[in-house]
Amino acid sequence: MYHAMTSLGFASESPYQGPIKLEGDPKGASVLVLGAGLAGMTAALELRNAGYKVQILEFNNRPGGRNWTLRGGDSFTELGGFTQTCDFESGLYINPGPWRIPYHHRALLDYCRRLGVSLEPFIQLNYNALIHASRAFGGAPQRIRAIRADFQGQVSELLAKVTQQGRLDEAVTREDQEILLQALRSWGALDRDYRYKANLISAQFRGYARAPGGGLDALPLPGEPLALSDILKSRVWRYLLNFANYNFQTTMFQPVGGMDMIGKAFAREVGDLIRYNCKVTRIQQNDRGVTVSYVDTASPAAVRQAQADWCICTIPLSILSQLPVDVSAAVKSAIDAVPYAGSVKIGLQFKRRFWEEDEAIYGGISYTDLPIRQIAYPNTGFNRSGRGVLLGAYIFDGANAYEFTAMTPAERVARAIEFGAMIHPQYAAEYENGIAVAWHRVPFALGCSGDWSEEARITHYRNLCQIDGRIALAGEHASALPAWQEGAILSSLDAITRLHDRVMRT
Amino acid sequence: MQQSRPSSRTWRLGAAALLASLSAAVSAQDDRTFSSGYRFVEMTGEELFANVCQGCHMRDAGGAIGAGSYPSLADNRNLEAAGYPISLVVNGRRGMPPFGDMMTDGQIAAVVNYLRTHFGNSYQDVVTAKDVRDARR
Repeated sequence: MYHAMTSLGFASESPYQGPIKLEGDPKGASVLVLGAGLAGMTAALELRNAGYKVQILEFNNRPGGRNWTLRGGDSFTELGGFTQTCDFESGLYINPGPWRIPYHHRALLDYCRRLGVSLEPFIQLNYNALIHASRAFGGAPQRIRAIRADFQGQVSELLAKVTQQGRLDEAVTREDQEILLQALRSWGALDRDYRYKANLISAQFRGYARAPGGGLDALPLPGEPLALSDILKSRVWRYLLNFANYNFQTTMFQPVGGMDMIGKAFAREVGDLIRYNCKVTRIQQNDRGVTVSYVDTASPAAVRQAQADWCICTIPLSILSQLPVDVSAAVKSAIDAVPYAGSVKIGLQFKRRFWEEDEAIYGGISYTDLPIRQIAYPNTGFNRSGRGVLLGAYIFDGANAYEFTAMTPAERVARAIEFGAMIHPQYAAEYENGIAVAWHRVPFALGCSGDWSEEARITHYRNLCQIDGRIALAGEHASALPAWQEGAILSSLDAITRLHDRVMRT
Repeated sequence: MQQSRPSSRTWRLGAAALLASLSAAVSAQDDRTFSSGYRFVEMTGEELFANVCQGCHMRDAGGAIGAGSYPSLADNRNLEAAGYPISLVVNGRRGMPPFGDMMTDGQIAAVVNYLRTHFGNSYQDVVTAKDVRDARR
């Protein structure tokens, strides 16, 4: 059956095979889980259901880890001591960490369904959002719709031209050339002469100078396409991969009310197992069990210990690599082999949803070559009057992530406004307050995600995922889906499956 | 998942008039360099420290402590043998990212020289771009 499904392409979307089945009696075996993020809480939920005695130690005073939402009234202290209090109006939020769920992340979606987390669409591609190249088109942002249509149309025109000139005769049969020309005319919005021009054919793709209306002056007028040379030189084409990449293909989702609805839903199941404010300082094991030393972050003088037969450790490698851990040299080398990427997100509250009211941008993302890189519009609360929160910067990796991390939070927000106003001049009059999270400064993560090199993957990845004595690691860093919540859950399910096999055999 | 990486370019922004009108304005904005691509465009050791290293090691190079920690680079005996900080900046270590692909030999030499002569460190031997080039092997 599986083979039949695969051959039809149905079963290839995910390695997730449905709810985990841990069969057999573990006879009171105990498991200590380190970290109450999605990997840790997945392990705790499933292992307790299978009959294990489970406890979780968590550094923060809340569940979820990087599954996190900031709302009005929340405060956050980053490394270096800067404390920000979020002043957003009730109901408005940003997700500093993960913020979107691909449709093929079937494990995460299954847990959302089982745990009653409501989802709504995350709009990755909004044709009416903007692509902005600061030194092209007079600095004016362009609609994604127009960039796509003009690029696709003029590339189609070129290909049609060489086809008609017979230059594809060796590669394409005459019969197929006729079909190719039809396809290019359809796909590229070409006219009957295979030209991409300012006319009502291209306008159906790129939009209008005057959109069709009603009554006396109802008839539409086309706009002038952007020149191919300007599109090429401006490099705006590079943003189109954000809509083509498998990870970003529609349909995408977000939890209604904030990403942390997932962490909170897990905590409704396993919250009674979690001890908060615990900073792990050492992990020891011998042939009888695991002993983890930790301190209460409120009274760090007294070292406490927790013991169990087994340990699922989801502590990010940025932190775990600094701890004394009783593991083999190969696993220790793997733990030490993964640098952590930088990432910055900045939320900005405005007096009104000017992007909707003035510019008809409902959700989605605008891309820019300015250091803020992206402006993302809320995918909920559409068409309301009153306040709204934008994601005013999302910088992932690269030089700008470091440059923004090195600023004070107040300067990050100020710079996000300064740059964002070059795209949306309404910022100046409408801005109210903001909050900035730089992941290298996040005390519980020291970075946004494991940044595996290809060489490190080859040398260390399988070692990292091995059960070492009585300790197994889990988290996005132990997956081939770095920085995705799905990776955290799939790695956790894989680790506890192998751990349970071992328990059943001993 | 990453965006493409365009060639480098700098934005040098002054204190924008806009900022003065904002309720959360930061006072006395200094000029600040921004890179436009994957690689850094900052050239001096002082600016590289302020725009890159400071993110984790903090303004006074004193480091920080959370669930894990960023080591202090102040009064740091590990900087005595210049090859050690060169290797760390080029290759990274544990959670620390490698900067070998994001900075030139000259930039890495500049920031290592800056670190070794500031924050209570006063090592007088100067690191050259050639030292960095040799360390890349």
